[in-house]
Amino acid sequence: MSVVAEIATPLHRALGLTDEELDAIHDRLGRDPNDLELAMFAVMWSEHCSYKSSRRYLETLPTSGDDVVAGPGENAGVVAIGEGLAVAFKLESHNHPSAVEPYQGAATGVGGILRDIFTMGARPIAILDALKFGDPSQARSRGLVKGVVRGVGGYGNCVGVPTIGGELVFDPSYGDNPLVNVMAVGLLEERHLTRAAAPGPGNHVVLFGSATGRDGIGGASVLASATFDETSAAKRPSVQVGDPFAEKLLIEASLELIARGLVEGLQDLGAAGITCAVSETADRAGTGIRVDLDAVPRREAGMAPFEVMISESQERMCAIVAPRWLDAVLEVCARWGLPAAVIGEVTDHGRIEVVGAGEVLASIPAAALTSDAIAFDRPARPPTKTRAAPAPGAPSEPGEGLPERGMDPGAVLLALLGDANLGSRGWVTTQYDETVGTDTVEAGERAAAVLRIKGSPKGLVAATDAQAAVAAHDPWLGAAMAVSECARNVAITGARPLGVTNCLNFGDPTDPEAFWRFTESVRGLGDACRALGLPVTGGNVSFYNASPSGEILPTAQIGVVGLLEDVEQRVAPAFRRAGDVVVLVGETSPGLAGSAYAALAGTAPDDGPPALDLSREAALLHWLAAAAREGLLASAQDVSGGGLAVALAESSIWSGLGARLQVGVGSTPSVDLFGESPGRVIVSTEPALWERLAGSAAAHGLPIRRIGLVDGERLIIELVGEGATGAAEERGAGVADALDVAVRDLAHAWRSALPRALGEEA
Amino acid sequence: MKVGVVVFPGSNCDRDTLHAARLAGTEAEPLWHETPDVRGVDLVVLPGGFAYGDYLRAGVLARFSPIMAAVRDHAQSGGFVLGICNGFQVLAEAGLVPGALRRNSTLRFEHRWVRLSVERGDSPYTRGLPPGRTLRMPIAHGEGNYYLPEGELDALESRGGVLFRYAPPEGNPNGSARDIAGVCDTGGRVCGLMPHPERASEALLGSDDGMLLLRSLVEGVAIAGRAVAAA
Repeated sequence: MSVVAEIATPLHRALGLTDEELDAIHDRLGRDPNDLELAMFAVMWSEHCSYKSSRRYLETLPTSGDDVVAGPGENAGVVAIGEGLAVAFKLESHNHPSAVEPYQGAATGVGGILRDIFTMGARPIAILDALKFGDPSQARSRGLVKGVVRGVGGYGNCVGVPTIGGELVFDPSYGDNPLVNVMAVGLLEERHLTRAAAPGPGNHVVLFGSATGRDGIGGASVLASATFDETSAAKRPSVQVGDPFAEKLLIEASLELIARGLVEGLQDLGAAGITCAVSETADRAGTGIRVDLDAVPRREAGMAPFEVMISESQERMCAIVAPRWLDAVLEVCARWGLPAAVIGEVTDHGRIEVVGAGEVLASIPAAALTSDAIAFDRPARPPTKTRAAPAPGAPSEPGEGLPERGMDPGAVLLALLGDANLGSRGWVTTQYDETVGTDTVEAGERAAAVLRIKGSPKGLVAATDAQAAVAAHDPWLGAAMAVSECARNVAITGARPLGVTNCLNFGDPTDPEAFWRFTESVRGLGDACRALGLPVTGGNVSFYNASPSGEILPTAQIGVVGLLEDVEQRVAPAFRRAGDVVVLVGETSPGLAGSAYAALAGTAPDDGPPALDLSREAALLHWLAAAAREGLLASAQDVSGGGLAVALAESSIWSGLGARLQVGVGSTPSVDLFGESPGRVIVSTEPALWERLAGSAAAHGLPIRRIGLVDGERLIIELVGEGATGAAEERGAGVADALDVAVRDLAHAWRSALPRALGEEA
Repeated sequence: MKVGVVVFPGSNCDRDTLHAARLAGTEAEPLWHETPDVRGVDLVVLPGGFAYGDYLRAGVLARFSPIMAAVRDHAQSGGFVLGICNGFQVLAEAGLVPGALRRNSTLRFEHRWVRLSVERGDSPYTRGLPPGRTLRMPIAHGEGNYYLPEGELDALESRGGVLFRYAPPEGNPNGSARDIAGVCDTGGRVCGLMPHPERASEALLGSDDGMLLLRSLVEGVAIAGRAVAAA
């Protein structure tokens, strides 16, 4: 162990274990662990694998639902969708590897989440990527964006799974610690659902796929479980290297093994490699596994036992195979060109035994490595300072910096559309294969992606969202708003949201304030899911997202999958035809903190973030599905980033159709035009259907207001009501108190935003 | 009509292509890359993907596979072969269609919806297409920049070897010489094109122009078959 020999500290500390943890290991073994056992504990008890800080909070989340087939604890959540079919989905982070080596970090992140999906017996049908970076004008951010986007595309495009949606957010807090969260969706026949368990003592443990090498040694403990500092570059050898071609072969071979009923259990190898795969599968089945180290195919000679046991070499799978099917399994692997070897046997003694050269090198109860791993009750404390300091150079009086009095709303709208956070994602999405698989109905720019299901009238809808800027003010609210927004984005297509997956990205869990942000976010996630009737089917926690320059914004990334009973009846956010009535559903409430408008103005507004009414959100989800089913919606668009004005602008840009509207100003024009209060959608409908639409919204207890018509080639929003007075006269005579911009100009600002921000203008 | 879709280990459009070929009314079956014959099909399709990973250069290894010897025989005896995207790259590497596909001029993978103009209406691939109609379908590739030396380009054009060109408003997405998106061999029966007709074969997916092309090809193969029978 040359890595360790250079360090004078005791081995357990060098491996990232505390003295308290060493004592707990001693308790479970009844003796001192040897060096190999210590290495296995170190990776399995890492934050990444054990969820030792988060487990007690995640247990509070609602996980049951009538259609849930597999929930948390499995590789991915699975929900039944009828006709014997089910959808598998999961969201996972690969933040730390991507910060060190953006291309491979992102690529292997895609590979890892895809394996979670096909391990369940599902064919991966979609990828969504939620990416967060620092200031796009900084060279480091630009390098990370380009590397990560190329990595996601390089892997996904090659394996032939379309990347159909996601999020791209810039905030200075992510400068040294970007977030790469990847969501994958798969489709399976329910009868093919496969568990990651190792039943049946006497069954073979077959390792197939790539050979085991020294790449990614200790990735889970070294990279994912510590904050960044100056030594991070030296951790590059801990980043795995991806081979999407091998993954493609793994997908086909695994799905064939499952379809032919040749495996009793299947588990992918990710963090902590063989150690994790054998201990988790054995523990789930209440069995043990004896691993024959000498049988593991190696990529290089001279690997130490601990290196073989914890290597995170990519594109490997572990199958539990009954003796009578072994030949058939080996034949399938050979046909797909995948090396395969029997590396062990399921036993009935509940232990993970590692045998090498005829000697037992390690013997650990499987549960001690997984379900009985150490768990902590970390202290959590709300921060004493609740508001972020104003950005350097910002006006010292909060509120004064907002261009409220005398603002030109059209100029503000163009500035918002031209912002890297709100402009078109085309620069990213054109690097992703969106249409492979021939199931993509809507992808890319839209808030939610839509897939058809071949041989069925149904469709699947997927979206991912976070509300980190709001969470910076109130982590409970940020998480709850992210769930609401994500579910709403699925519902505007007419789909019924089925379940929630999540990836919780936070700072150092041993810092009580950072940990409070985590616990509040979990509370918000749980409250929102209960209110909306959505089960949490899986998730992932990424701690230690901090660097010497600070901690990232508390980022609860949410993924929602929904079901359309008839994909032909889906509703899109673009306006459909001139003459349709434009309608605002829901109520605008004050609170600009956390909004794109406040970020543009460069100040922390003193009116706080907007309020969230979860029962109204639930009503809105139900109403959207009902209204779509009755054919009342020509278009439906969510109001979120950039507020009402940006939502309307997008409906115009995507259709090329303008609108002539009147918006009543309740408090101030900035709140009504650019505020991001939740629970609102803009829909359009034929004038003849307006009465029915209004009646159905009222029956769901939803405020609904006609605000104008789809018309012409300009977006015109006249501000009316008491709050509207003042702006026009301060700008001088002859200027209408209205927003009036050509759709062409809106589109130009929106399209050029990202290339300009990244210095990539053609 | 029988269609065989070659499955290289890294093909990722094989299932999509089988689906579209069946929608076009053919009997379509997969042809595994280790199979040494094409099992008597009328049309062989080399689908998109990354045949053997393509880490070296797109299509460079695939041409040495057992199935490719059979595909070559099939082509030389007057059989129909369509290479789509990676399939075009394989055909070009194998010398079954002229030219080479270089890295996109943008130096990036490009996924875009493009429009194709049909350069001649009398080939088996295009005779059933409505005259003057452009076809809308997606591209998804990193190496689709068609190249041929100037003199050979002239020769290709004059013998009618250019079947499809990228057309406005989207235009040429990858820097291809003379906007060329699809070519055929001298016999007119082996065709390579970078855009994906199988991904534009149902209105639900955004376009069914690709199905027009596939149906035209089915008709073209049938006419050629009747001509052989009559002779």
